[in-house]
Amino acid sequence: MDSFVESLQARIVTAGESGTRLNIVGGNSKHFYGGAPHGEPLAMGSHQGIVSYEPTELVVTARTGTLLVDLEQTLAESRQMLPFEPPAFGAGATIGGTIACGFSGPARPYRGAARDFVLGVNCVSGRGEYLRFGGQVMKNVAGYDVSRLMVGAMGTLGVMTEVSLKVLPLPVIERTLVFDCSGNDALTKMSDLGGRPLPVTGTVWHDGKLRVRLSGSEMAVESAASSLGGDLDIAGASFWQALKEHRLDFFGGTDPLWRLSIAPPAKMPDLPGESLVEWGGALFWVRGNDPQALVALARAHGGNLTRFRGAERSVSFQPLGEAEAVLNRGLKQAFDPAGILNPDRMLAGS
Amino acid sequence: MGQTRRAFNLRHEKLCDILIVSRVITALRVDGSHKMSQQLNEFADELTQILPSEALLLSTEARRPYECDGLTGYRELPAMVALPQTFEQVREILRLCQRYQVPLVARGAGTGLSGGATPHSEGVLLSLARFSRIIEIDPQARTARVQPGVRNLAISEAVAEHGLYYAPDPSSQIACTIGGNVAENAGGVHCLKYGLTVHNVIAAQVVLMGGDVINVGGTALDTPGYDLLATMIGSEGMLGVVTEVTVRLLPLPDAAKVLLAAFDTVESAAAAVAQVIAKGIIPAGLEMMDNPAIVAAEDFVQAGYPKDAAAILLCELDGTVAEVEADIQMVSDLLRESGARTVDVARDEAERVRFWSGRKNAFPAIGRISPDYYCIDGTIPRKAVAKVLAGIERLSAQSGLRVANVFHAGDGNLHPLILYDASKPGEFERTEALGGQILDLCVQVGGTITGEHGVGLEKINQMCVQFTDQELDQFHALKAVFDPDGLLNPGKAVPTLARCAEFNAMHVHGGELAHPQIPRF
Repeated sequence: MDSFVESLQARIVTAGESGTRLNIVGGNSKHFYGGAPHGEPLAMGSHQGIVSYEPTELVVTARTGTLLVDLEQTLAESRQMLPFEPPAFGAGATIGGTIACGFSGPARPYRGAARDFVLGVNCVSGRGEYLRFGGQVMKNVAGYDVSRLMVGAMGTLGVMTEVSLKVLPLPVIERTLVFDCSGNDALTKMSDLGGRPLPVTGTVWHDGKLRVRLSGSEMAVESAASSLGGDLDIAGASFWQALKEHRLDFFGGTDPLWRLSIAPPAKMPDLPGESLVEWGGALFWVRGNDPQALVALARAHGGNLTRFRGAERSVSFQPLGEAEAVLNRGLKQAFDPAGILNPDRMLAGS
Repeated sequence: MGQTRRAFNLRHEKLCDILIVSRVITALRVDGSHKMSQQLNEFADELTQILPSEALLLSTEARRPYECDGLTGYRELPAMVALPQTFEQVREILRLCQRYQVPLVARGAGTGLSGGATPHSEGVLLSLARFSRIIEIDPQARTARVQPGVRNLAISEAVAEHGLYYAPDPSSQIACTIGGNVAENAGGVHCLKYGLTVHNVIAAQVVLMGGDVINVGGTALDTPGYDLLATMIGSEGMLGVVTEVTVRLLPLPDAAKVLLAAFDTVESAAAAVAQVIAKGIIPAGLEMMDNPAIVAAEDFVQAGYPKDAAAILLCELDGTVAEVEADIQMVSDLLRESGARTVDVARDEAERVRFWSGRKNAFPAIGRISPDYYCIDGTIPRKAVAKVLAGIERLSAQSGLRVANVFHAGDGNLHPLILYDASKPGEFERTEALGGQILDLCVQVGGTITGEHGVGLEKINQMCVQFTDQELDQFHALKAVFDPDGLLNPGKAVPTLARCAEFNAMHVHGGELAHPQIPRF
């Protein structure tokens, strides 16, 4: 075990004894997400490096401080990628923070989420114990699936030191088609596309335009493109990048940004603000100051609302059901009994 | 419709679950006379208040069919068998179990291969067989909401009319249930491309010990809080009883083709697999068999396999018609360049089925040439396959037991089949020991002791090899969050530290782990 991990363990043990709360920091690119960070900063950014990567195994293992951009660059050199297309939200984003937040990009409904590609996690628990779960192989059912539990847990269950991820080949080509249509027509079309064996890897509707991304072999993409019609968006690649990183105009300005994750509705819901729809109709980004209306919509459509940027941070996530909340608190207690890891980031009061 | 046939034929592959360890003599049989403790009697009385009399089995004959799952070497008669039909009955049973502190083991079809559904002699065996209703199919959203006792294949059959299917296809899919698939995180031949159960189940309703109900996952693509759905999948019935499952459905591909390549060495076959992946192709199925498996299969079903080949690869590609044509050409060329001495593309559906039939019948084929066999389930990094197969050959020679290998080559999941004769004294014990050594080898090369069959009772000792005491303790702490009294499936999946201390002492003492003559890598 390396000295970084040993000193991390010592630091966490000491913090546990003194009840010192720790604020885990990778690249600090997602500090806006969830409850406000507080506690002594625990810097992970120096814990960098790809531990193992063999393209033909489709698995990469990296220290969690590794920059996302570096990891993606290394994969791209072997024409591979992180299939869940994680947003970085800043040049300093690390793979650890990426997995801790569990964000996935436009390809999410078509290729899977961050949690779908995590094969193994090494971490230091709130007890200061160095633990390894999962591994570097595709199939592994030994023990509970703690590695996936860590995805989106925002560091509250353990400080991840290494992650192993399944990677996939980069598509040979990508094409973006644009269609002028209403929100309702876009939802219908998105649903229809998802039900056919087409190489669709992204759908987004905003401001009267539906964009559909096709990725794969030249033959599959070209034949799908000609059968679907629409106009070719020659700036497609940069559009999807801007969408993923929230650099489209829609994401500018100061109005709070809400993330409404629901089962795709048949018709556009009555939203209290400007919106952008992606993920085949399963994700609505909404600007505005009326979270109560959005919570009601989330409930009506079997989903949930997250405060993404702006507004009051202490209520970032929709409350859990009672039995689920008991289990969430129990898991926190089981991994971090002293409650020192990223307190209040995910679960208020713990 | 060709694609529908494909879904059905192909999804019968990987037969590890179908023919199972037979005639094992080490069975632990509980005496037929049935004397329950006072407390269990009272508990049974209360159960009769909630269940109709035919739904509570107490007689020895009625309990007998439940004494083992697919791992027939481990047998135990449950104190009683409950066959509830309603959700409320399940809740009530779990409430009573908590109140009386009675252990409970949930069971689907009992096709599991690791003893995960082996009953508890002082507990209830909860069969979910009567929860066999498909509640709702939503072709628009491409989801199906089903009860846990619905068979895996029944889902694909029910949605085929919409051009959809449920992707994970464990070999036992004609019999195994979705509830059991969730418990084991079942895989199949198509996992490299289409994922495991955890990638294809989007929501579940779970009753916890004591009767609380949680809903995990959902029809939205994410949910707040920790990923309890991921935690539940593959938890081997240790955390809760799944009473409803929502699965994601996929559109059936337009076309699928399979090719058969023969190699003179295992190494070149393994290298060829790496070449295919390096080229950016993810086959829908990629299976490898070694010579003993080829010979047995060919003798049995005449699939057209070359009996003098050291290894064969079966590679299936799917997608649009044009795409499959192009890919099959590219892969054929690649395999030839990688040293395949022959590459044959199935010319029609009949030949495609014939190519698969050898792989599909590999286990029964082994069953023909050996009185008994034992199926191992290690996963390894693919690059280690030649080393591991060589290691298995050495271990096999030392033990005097033959081993045939079939391999999900795409995702590194190896199924060595140890051939033995249970009627010879001591041979099953030697088989188990050899199996343990093979799993040790898998762990040493960075792999795992179980890719898709689960730990259950069978591999509980090997958990001590794969995990440290602290890691096992963390598993126990997680379990206690869901089931503080440890009443769900006790003694399975995660060993106690005391057991590991004992096992590790024995393990080294017996010289099995040491094996100084075997190079460790």
